[in-house]
Amino acid sequence: MKTTPFTQKHIDLGAKMADFAGYNMPISYSGINDEHATVRKNAGVFDVSHMGEFILKGENALGLIQKLSTNDASKLSAGKAQYSCMTNNEGGIIDDLLIYCIEENKVYMLVVNASNIEKDWNWISEHNTDDVEMHNVTEKTALLAIQGPNATKILQPLTDMDLLNLKYYTFAKGTFAGVGNILVSATGYTGAGGVEIYFEDKGDDAEKIWNAIFDAGKSLGIKPIGLAARDTLRLEMGFCLYGNDIDDTTTPLEGGLGWITKFTKDFTAKNILEIQKKEGIQRKLVGFEMIDKGIPRKGYAIVNTNDEEIGHVTSGTQAPSLGKAIGMGYVKMEQASIGSKIHIKVREKQLEAQVVKMPFA
Amino acid sequence: MNFPAELKYTKDHEWISLDGNNATIGITEFAQKELGDIVYVEVETIGKSLKANDVFGTVEAVKTVSDLFLPVDGTINELNGALTSQPELVNSDPYGEGWMIKMTVDNPEEVEALMNAADYEAMVG
Repeated sequence: MKTTPFTQKHIDLGAKMADFAGYNMPISYSGINDEHATVRKNAGVFDVSHMGEFILKGENALGLIQKLSTNDASKLSAGKAQYSCMTNNEGGIIDDLLIYCIEENKVYMLVVNASNIEKDWNWISEHNTDDVEMHNVTEKTALLAIQGPNATKILQPLTDMDLLNLKYYTFAKGTFAGVGNILVSATGYTGAGGVEIYFEDKGDDAEKIWNAIFDAGKSLGIKPIGLAARDTLRLEMGFCLYGNDIDDTTTPLEGGLGWITKFTKDFTAKNILEIQKKEGIQRKLVGFEMIDKGIPRKGYAIVNTNDEEIGHVTSGTQAPSLGKAIGMGYVKMEQASIGSKIHIKVREKQLEAQVVKMPFA
Repeated sequence: MNFPAELKYTKDHEWISLDGNNATIGITEFAQKELGDIVYVEVETIGKSLKANDVFGTVEAVKTVSDLFLPVDGTINELNGALTSQPELVNSDPYGEGWMIKMTVDNPEEVEALMNAADYEAMVG
């Protein structure tokens, strides 16, 4: 199993560890409900160093990114980041990713899902016909997400960068906790606010940065958070998880990612998605909450009142902040409107649920 | 971790305490730790006679769901009503207030044949 610069830290802190995308990662520390609440109400630290980072450089870097991603990266100026996805030749989603514009028209960083690093790298390489300089810096890049309403307040004393006023989906570069060349971005996967900190894993920098963050946040109750709470936090917000809610067989339009699909530019399978948009999608990713008592889980069938399967659950959980069971799944369009009653098949029982707006409330 | 000596244990991480033919059943401290925060205990077999290793219910944690297996042959009499509103008792007090069901066992000797605390601890160790 691969490790991150913080793997030993997690083990020493007594985290429950498990293999995630080939990395030995912390799943939980104090308990998922406690960790979830810590991020919603205060501040928590996630080690997400397993994420993949690619640097694309050169005058044709933007062109390559534009060709392969659905959002319009030409809108990015230095210091801005964008959520996007890459589509395959059939219009399915290869991966969802963040694109950071380090230097306009010259240097970009793509942040991809750990489980897709090799697939994405190969796909981009195959389409790199204009000699864009590509570097896979995943192994030497550490990434901590410090999330929660108190995150930037806790971190501000550690840097001259103005974290308190860093706008959503922008980033700054500078010195943090005495370590230079740190990228801090106002992004995250929790909906709780906060930042993500990218830095090169060299010397004892990782140790220094981890300790500085926890020293700064100790009096305010900052805690380390595992991937289990990361999942419940993102699900409450209705954020898609690749491999669950979106994959190679689902299109951005079906997955509710029409807002990052820009038909004003070219991208892989644009023509297929244009047709799909014109003719209308057949199924759609929706959020639902349980009316009957029970918890939806990935893979459970969604049925109509005649017990006919109309889709399946892609993510589900008891939502810690909301005190109810929620899920996401694909249903046929007839059942996709807000308020529609659907049934989830939980161990041979059909439990009633209702399609609701996301983020869940 | 705590594994009380007066209880018997199964490979599926349940404990059983016997008083005559009447038994109380729950899940072990190891099991509740593995599951994480428990949010729902579902038992719909009250009044039913089941065999050892039959599924008598399910326990839902935030991230996962797990079947509950009956340790020995017998009849399910009662679900711990407190778990309906406070399923977290299974986490906080797995051998006490977090018990799950009471049952009548067909053959108390079957209970004696289950693992003792030391054997169970060795298994999960």
